[in-house]
Amino acid sequence: MISLRDVHMSYATPVLRGVDLEVPPDGIFALIGPGASGKSLLFKIIAGLVRPRSGEVEVDGEAITRLGELELARVRRKIGMLFQNYALFDLNVAENIAFPLRRLFDLGEDEIAERVAERLNKVALPGTQRRSPASMSGGQKKRIGVARATIAEAPILLYDEPTAGLDPVTSQKIYDLIRDEQRARSTTVMVISSDVSGVLTIADRVAMLHEGAIVFSGTAVEARSSEIPTVKQFVHGLLEGPL
Amino acid sequence: MSAVALPRALGAALMALAEQVGGVALLTREILTRLRPSRIDRYELFRNFYRMGVRSVPIISATAAFTGGIMVIQAAPFVEQLGATRFIGWAASFTTIREIGPLLIGLIFNGRVGANNTAELGTMRVTDQVDALRALAIDPVAYLVVPRVLAMVVMMVLLCVIGDAVALGGAMLTADVLLDVHPHLFYSSAMERLEVWDFLVGLIKAGLFGIMIALTSCYYGLATTGGAPGVGRAVGRSVVAAAAGIFICDYLSTFVLD
Repeated sequence: MISLRDVHMSYATPVLRGVDLEVPPDGIFALIGPGASGKSLLFKIIAGLVRPRSGEVEVDGEAITRLGELELARVRRKIGMLFQNYALFDLNVAENIAFPLRRLFDLGEDEIAERVAERLNKVALPGTQRRSPASMSGGQKKRIGVARATIAEAPILLYDEPTAGLDPVTSQKIYDLIRDEQRARSTTVMVISSDVSGVLTIADRVAMLHEGAIVFSGTAVEARSSEIPTVKQFVHGLLEGPL
Repeated sequence: MSAVALPRALGAALMALAEQVGGVALLTREILTRLRPSRIDRYELFRNFYRMGVRSVPIISATAAFTGGIMVIQAAPFVEQLGATRFIGWAASFTTIREIGPLLIGLIFNGRVGANNTAELGTMRVTDQVDALRALAIDPVAYLVVPRVLAMVVMMVLLCVIGDAVALGGAMLTADVLLDVHPHLFYSSAMERLEVWDFLVGLIKAGLFGIMIALTSCYYGLATTGGAPGVGRAVGRSVVAAAAGIFICDYLSTFVLD
């Protein structure tokens, strides 16, 4: 579904150094790794928002690194994305969630309102259509972001730090929501998270990015039992180790 | 300071200037390729007409009224000395309509609308909202920039029309109070000698200033990096660059249009 081959990217210093990654369809793929290891950048590359310096990126069979902006827009319709800091617009909750529907689909207002209400029920925020996201808590904003990312029913979903800054209970609710949505629609989901113990409860497969390269790729069980020093230290939160 | 420090600093400044001019040129090209009525977001366009234009009317009117009055106060000693008070209407309105009005309205518009536009786009940039638009397969230039540029240019011209009228009112009132020139005499003095071209020159300049403010504020907004401090820096640079651009544009257009 998503594959990256020898992807390199650098700004002042190299950020990604030959990333190879295969994300199979229909499942939850967790991308873990220490801060500033290039995880969010990798998401932006997969979504076609950033062009890598070299390497191949395929999304749903299309080599996106060779596409122009118009063709990329067509590929992006297959992707729903939750940004780390929400990236909600200066609109009310309903307008934020309905934004992709209004811009990309020819739907009537009644149907849009119905789908927004259904999404808000799903993320446990019913009746908040007219509220401003600015007046809501971090957890509520994340859930609005999830609702916006999923309303167009894109087959690929990218969640960048969906639980950052949230309390454990709200975090688990978000993870449950991601898992339920994935099972209901058989989507391909990628999740970036620094909350390793939480994300491993829902992930089918896991990869770890460290210093711009993939140092581990396998199942959640394999990640927990990995003897690779960086993986072991990061997954178990050990103080002693190479990190 | 070492011998190479000055040339190095000069070179860096020139490179930065070239980068900014090039950036504005590229943005202009992107805007022009999207200037098709079918691609313009009408809701955004009218929303910007209102918040950039209609909500600027009070401050522009106040500025224009005082500008007209100042023109009369400045001219008063000379026209009284020369016994030419009947020319005060023409003298005050000629300079206001052709030059001072568009210039001051442009600077006020730059401070209010241009700065706000850069701050808004800059905030959207650093909070990933611009990337979120792209991730939703929505072209940020077509959705965000084109309606703003059109609104700023159109509203700058319309505000100049309003400003001209209010400035003449202010000048008329000041001439009546200070020089005892009856408003009718002021009006006929202005209208007998002013030509349509004089009004058009002011409006053409207003349109050019509008383009300058729109392109500069959008460019700096979309080029913002570095979080909240970066937004502050972008606003400062945008306001200074647009103000400098307005004066340069005014200088050149005065040559051409005269």
